[in-house]
Amino acid sequence: MKLTHTLLAGSALALVAGAASAQDLTLVSWGGAYQSSQQKAYVEPYVEANPGVSVTWDESSAEAVAKLRAMNEAGNITWDLVDVVAADAIRLCDEGLAMEYDPDELLAPGDDGSSAEDDFGDLIVSDCFIPQIVYSTTFGYRTDLVPEGVEAPTDVCSVFDLETYPGKRSLEKRPINNMEWALYCDGVAKDEIYDVLATPEGQDQALAKLDTIKDEVIWWSAGADTPQLLADGEIFMGSTYNGRLFSVIVEQDQPVGMLWDMQVFDLDGWIIPAGLDEESQAAVEDFVKFATDTTRLADQSKYISYGPARLSSAPLVSTHADLGVEMAPHMPTDPENAKNTLLYNYEFWADYRDDIDAKFQSWLAK
Amino acid sequence: MALTIAKPTSAVFAAGVAALFGAFFGIFVGTATGSTLLGLVGGAAVIFALSWAAATFLRGQEKAARWGFIVLFTAGGFLFSGVPGLVLGLIFGTFFGWLTFYVASGRYRTGLPPYSTPRQVLWHFAFRTIAGLILVFLITPILVVMPLSFNAEDFFTFTPEMLSFDPEGYSLKHYRDFFTNSDWQGALWNSVRIAPVATILAVGFGTLAAIGLSQPHVPFRQAIMAILISPMIVPLIISAAGMYFFYSRIGLQGTYLGVVLAHAALGIPFVIITVTATLVGFDNSLTRAAANMGADPVTTFFRVQMPLILPGVISGGLFAFITSFDEVVVVLFVGSAGQKTLPWQMFIGLREQISPTILAVATILVIISIGLLTTVELLRRRSERLRGMSPS
Repeated sequence: MKLTHTLLAGSALALVAGAASAQDLTLVSWGGAYQSSQQKAYVEPYVEANPGVSVTWDESSAEAVAKLRAMNEAGNITWDLVDVVAADAIRLCDEGLAMEYDPDELLAPGDDGSSAEDDFGDLIVSDCFIPQIVYSTTFGYRTDLVPEGVEAPTDVCSVFDLETYPGKRSLEKRPINNMEWALYCDGVAKDEIYDVLATPEGQDQALAKLDTIKDEVIWWSAGADTPQLLADGEIFMGSTYNGRLFSVIVEQDQPVGMLWDMQVFDLDGWIIPAGLDEESQAAVEDFVKFATDTTRLADQSKYISYGPARLSSAPLVSTHADLGVEMAPHMPTDPENAKNTLLYNYEFWADYRDDIDAKFQSWLAK
Repeated sequence: MALTIAKPTSAVFAAGVAALFGAFFGIFVGTATGSTLLGLVGGAAVIFALSWAAATFLRGQEKAARWGFIVLFTAGGFLFSGVPGLVLGLIFGTFFGWLTFYVASGRYRTGLPPYSTPRQVLWHFAFRTIAGLILVFLITPILVVMPLSFNAEDFFTFTPEMLSFDPEGYSLKHYRDFFTNSDWQGALWNSVRIAPVATILAVGFGTLAAIGLSQPHVPFRQAIMAILISPMIVPLIISAAGMYFFYSRIGLQGTYLGVVLAHAALGIPFVIITVTATLVGFDNSLTRAAANMGADPVTTFFRVQMPLILPGVISGGLFAFITSFDEVVVVLFVGSAGQKTLPWQMFIGLREQISPTILAVATILVIISIGLLTTVELLRRRSERLRGMSPS
């Protein structure tokens, strides 16, 4: 009998401890260094100013679209704020799973007096998307595996140059970016890439170019893969996010160099799920206003080398919090790095993604 | 025992057997240094030459020859690739020295009956070799993880410092990270909070179900049994998706209780199976005897039946515990971020940030699992001994 009592009391206690506190925000992000930069730059100062609020992180951004769909179907939204790439934000907005907002009402004006709408400018690519950072996908390479007597690569087309730079490459297991790079290196002019890629012949041309290196490619799907492969020396060069390369090169001190040539810009930001109850919605809106103001966005760049989405934050970018490295030269948006870039074409990929995906997957399986 | 007398074999035969193993290990050495084929041929040739020479000229001085093998291989390995080569050389030298003389002296036949045909002898050793290889194949991934978890760098990489056994290359920082990082500690705490309660529920319900189903007068026993053990058979992802929608509707999704109930459902089949197995050996006349002496059914259960089936209950409970402790699919659906368990945290860690902290955690979990399984095995033996099923 005594045992039963203790057990009952134990489970009751555990139940009480498991219940949510009054102001619990569930934020969804990507995990890793990126999430910890958000924790340090946004959440810690916010919680300090609002001691009643507690924040729980859910590292589910990679499957945010699917999970939000399931939550919507089950009628049980358990997330308050979700970090997604712009393309996912557009999809969620189209499906009515994300809340539309008015920038000037929800977001703080810039420190330089500009309105939020002007401060974020074109980066608000969807009515639901609250931009945070500009990041880029680009290539890193092992400096010690560059063949003797050959200069280190500076041109994105060295990815396709197996003669000068032999060795394995890692590319993301999806057509986006790879198709653009392939066409660019096959002699298509930069401003014609998407016109060519819209045609079946253009798609075949891109795949034919990728075919020339297919045997040497290791396909990645998680952002951590390429840094791991580079650190292992398993590959000579591979594509990944610029912040990951910064971490490998500057923080981890690995023999790795990076290219900025033809880096593909993309955006990452918040969406507020549609259908939150009033109380949580008010709490989230208050947090978002704080977390996307000029200072907070600039602060984030102390922890990770992604460019703040506000124009007014750019002059405030300073040094790395632990290493004291000047961060501006590591930003993808730095003029020195941004000489030859490509911007992720949301409209094109929204229209063609399914077709080209199918073609790419069947090409992969060949 | 040794009825068979060891009859020395020819040097070519001994060298041939050794060369087979040489070719096998040569594949790995060759692949690591660039050419698989060269490794295979080279391994076979080198080992054949050495073994043949040893079996021909040094047959009398076995001890000296085996030391010779060790010194030769160790020195060769060291010259070839430093300290790691030295260790490998030491292992290979010991192995091939032993193998050559084991075969050459004919000692290998002493464990077998004298009338075994060559084919039977071959099969006897081939079987053991294959079984050994399977064991190595199964256990190597786990063994590789352990040293990597002491890596001083933040990648899953054997750094040159680690390979040369330089203390600089090793560090406990990933273990420190696990014990100080609030994410990992939160996850550990959640697992520790969920698994025991789920286990208690699974053991309670599972034992009752098993006892009920062992009564011959219960109708539809087979059908009920099939339903109860279905969580073990139905793919987890299907149970998980079903539970997600059902729990969302009744307000259990994302709660501690929801995860505990889900894990209890997954654990019940293990308890039912182990307890049912123990009940097969249970003599029902004991309960009748207890009743005859005036014990009510509850007393009978706790004083007579329970002590006898306890080993089955405990091993079922351990399986239920491990199921809950290792489970990731269902908790991803049924839990919310507040119920992040250890496997969930590891899953996140693997996908977003390949950090060796995962390896440190894996090492700790492997050790816990070994501890639990050892307990199960000891209990099983104890129960067999008590029931007189095995001598000793």
